Formats: sequence, structure tokens, C-alpha cells
Amino acid sequence: MLIGIAIGTIGGIVLTSLLPGLRQVVRTYVTTIRGIPVLVQIVFWYNGLSALTNGAVNLPAYFAGILALGINEGAYMTEIVRAGIQSVDRGQREASQALSLSYVSMMRSVILPQAVRIAIPPTGNQVINLIKNTSLLFAIAIPEIFATGTNLFSMNFKYFEVIAVVAIWYLILAFGYGLIQRALERHFGRGRIGLFGSGAT
Amino acid sequence: MPTARSSVPHTAPSSAAIARQAEGAIVLDGVDKWYGTVHVLKSVSLSVSNGEKVVVCGPSGSGKSTLIRCINGLERHQNGRISVEGVEVVDRTLRQIRREVGMVFQSFNLFPHLTILQNCMLAPMESRKLSREEARDRSIEYLSRVHISEQADKYPAQLSGGQQQRAAIARALCMQPRIMLFDEPTSALDPEMISEVLDTMMELAASGMTMVCVTHEMGFAQKVADRVVFMDEGAIAEVGPPDQLFNSPSSERLALFLRRILSH
Ligand SMILES: Nc1ncnc2c1ncn2[C@@H]1O[C@H](COP(=O)(O)OP(=O)(O)OP(=O)(O)O)[C@@H](O)[C@H]1O
Ligand SMILES: [Mg+2]
Repeated sequence: MLIGIAIGTIGGIVLTSLLPGLRQVVRTYVTTIRGIPVLVQIVFWYNGLSALTNGAVNLPAYFAGILALGINEGAYMTEIVRAGIQSVDRGQREASQALSLSYVSMMRSVILPQAVRIAIPPTGNQVINLIKNTSLLFAIAIPEIFATGTNLFSMNFKYFEVIAVVAIWYLILAFGYGLIQRALERHFGRGRIGLFGSGAT
Repeated sequence: MPTARSSVPHTAPSSAAIARQAEGAIVLDGVDKWYGTVHVLKSVSLSVSNGEKVVVCGPSGSGKSTLIRCINGLERHQNGRISVEGVEVVDRTLRQIRREVGMVFQSFNLFPHLTILQNCMLAPMESRKLSREEARDRSIEYLSRVHISEQADKYPAQLSGGQQQRAAIARALCMQPRIMLFDEPTSALDPEMISEVLDTMMELAASGMTMVCVTHEMGFAQKVADRVVFMDEGAIAEVGPPDQLFNSPSSERLALFLRRILSH
């Protein structure tokens, strides 16, 4: 996920910048990745790449898995970050420029902190999707939660119990992230008065 | 002033300093600006000297905002020459010029995620390389000067419009600019808040600041302006001292405009 967020932040900044060449590259990346099922991407990085290079590049399963999910997340995060940046009022850019801030200072201190606030809820969806997408890693024989579960019930045939435990694990992860998200929203929402009433959102 | 300016020592004025003096604080020479095919500034020429206060007025869409936004390069002109303190406004000089030119917007444009104090401290730290302590001291000084130091730790959304605009003025002053641009600073305010912002601006004028203000506050213009510029359809239609322009407008357009704003 961190890879995804890093890619997404850079991608989003590029998409809103005035660098036409790079922008096109990022746009192609986003379109390609979003158009290909995650499972296909995972298998590509693990098996496809090694077949393509005649075994010269042979990624270890864990590495291929993280890479595939990271690159996949990055495409969605790029769009989320772009939407966040574009939601910031242009007056904020003008005030920053009028104060002689550099592009880097402006992005870091003014634009991105406001963009992040907008980006948090959709990022939450992405994180939870990612957590669930790890279940696809069983395809390249990584012992994630779901694979461990199926191994178990292939031995003891207690389908319901095992699946219930697996589901609960995913739920716990998603719930844990939900708590983190609430804290993030509070942090980046500082200074804002809620849509309804003056309480914190 | 606490900041060291890299300009010439005043004992031996260099030729650049003399040129700056002669050229005036802001010089526009035959400036043209198009938005696509729309010609919004038509060969505008204007010279503002050091310490002068110029009020710009004119009908909506006449190019007032565009004019002052060209001075600090927020909008880029296509023909002609703009220079600020002898430095021509081109890509390479934008940041340098903006350090010396503060701007106040109609919609305040405070940074909503930062407190008033942080709003003021940001640019001095980032653009003037002040330490946190220096920036804080300076911010508190200017916030007291606009009479809102007690609001320093609040966020912009917790302030009234008048307080927000005064905070925005303080934020610009914290860069210690030599020139201030105002684009309809009171147009978004309720009547009772207008006067508190105008009072702040008058105090600033009294301090000797060079000011260019787009405003329709004729009382303010009367009291503060050395010259009033009347813009119409992208050109400067009339320039003169406020008394002359307001009491004996020489064009029908200006007379009509004055009747319209005074009837409100
Ligand atoms: N970004 C833009 N793109 C295209 N046209 C623009 C843009 N900004 C301004 N204009 C046009 O340029 C002209 C001058 O606009 P400007 O904002 O300078 O007028 P103004 O005198 O400040 O008016 P107001 O009193 O309403 O603020 C108007 O006709 C306006 O429609
Ligand atoms: Mg305007």
C-alpha cells in the first residue's frame, strides 16, 4: 500500500502539473493498469515476466506479489490524488504564488495538506480493497490468510469454521484501518467547520 | 527593518538605485493582455512612484483585476513591459518581485488548514528564510498592527470576514513588502466590517507604503489616493487626483459610472 500511495502521490502531482510529456506517460499507466484484472497482473509479475525474459528475471513470489499490488494501487491512487489536488481552490495557489513560495513549498505546505483531506475517504476504500486483494496472492503460492485457510480446511473439512475465521481476520484488518482513517481525517480536517454544525466531522 | 536586503548601501547609490528612483516603483509601458481572443488590457501605460497610493476603479469586466495581477505576474502580459522597482517582470524574476510585492484578494485566500499565526509565518520562513522564532515574532507584531493578535491561534474559518481580511493583510505584510496590491479587499464583506478593513488600509497608507488598490470605496479613495485611475474596456480612460476625477469627470463614461456606484 505504501508503494501505491507513493506512486499515486507522484502520479497525481504529475497529472496536475504542466509537464505534458510526463503527464501522458502517467495517463497511459493509469489506463493500462486499471484495465487489467489484478489477478492477471499478479500472475504476470510472477510467471509472465520470467517467461517473457526466458527466466532472466525471476521475481520471488513475495516480491512479485507486493510489486503487483503496489503498482495496481498506484494507478487508483494517482486518480485519487489528482482529484484531491484539483479540488483545492485556485485562490490557494494564487495566494501562495503572491507570497513568493516556491512550487515545492506551495505543494508541501498549502496544496497537498488540503488535497489529502479530500483523498482520505477514497484512499480508505483502496486500502480495504488491497487488504482483500491479498487473497488473490494464493495464485502465486503466497501463504496469505485465505490460502492458509484453504489449506486448513482441505485437511480438516471444517469449511464453515475456517472460512468464518478467515473472514473475521479480514474484518479485523479493515476495522483497524477504519480507526486509523478516523484519526487521519481528524488531523487533516483541522480548521474546518463541519457542513452541519460546528462540531468536528 | 530586521531583514538584510541585498540592495545597495544608501551612502553610495549605484546607478541601478538611481534608475530605480527615476523609474518609479511600478512602471507599465504599453501592456497588452489577451485571454484567448479577448483583448482585456489594451496598451496600458501607468507609472506609480515610491510611496504613492493609486486607486483603480471602473465597471465590472473592465480589466482592473487583470491589471494588478499582471504587476506581480499572477497573470502574464503578452506585449509591452512591466517593471517593479526597475526589475522587469519576466519568468525568471517572478519570485524576486513577489517578495517585495504583497497582494490582498477579494476572497481572502487564507490557508484554511493553518492557524492565523501559521498563515503569517509560512512565507517569511519559506521565502525569506527566517527562523521559526523570527517569523513568529514578526507575525505577532503585524497581527497586533492589524488588531487581531488575540486571534492568532484560531483557524480562518473561526474568524469574521473582516478579521479574515485583516489577517490576510498581516500575512502579506509579514514579507515586509515595499508595495501592496489590493483587489477589491472589501467587496466580500458586510458593511460593518468594511470600515475595519479600510481603517487598517489607511494606517498602512500612512506608513508610507506604495499601494495600488482596486476598490469602489470612494470615501477611501478621496482620503488616501494620490491618483485615481478609471478603467474602461481594458484601457485607462482617465487618471487624476480624486477630487478632479470625482467632481469634474471629463468623460460621459466616468460620469455615468460615478452616478451608478454612488446611487447604491
Ligand atoms: N481567466 C480568464 N479567462 C478568460 N477571460 C477572463 C479571465 N479572467 C478574466 N477574463 C475576462 O477579462 C475581462 C477583464 O476581467 P477582470 O477580472 O480583469 O475585470 P475586473 O475589472 O476586475 O472586473 P470585476 O469588477 O468584475 O472584478 C473580463 O471580460 C473577463 O470576462
Ligand atoms: Mg476584479
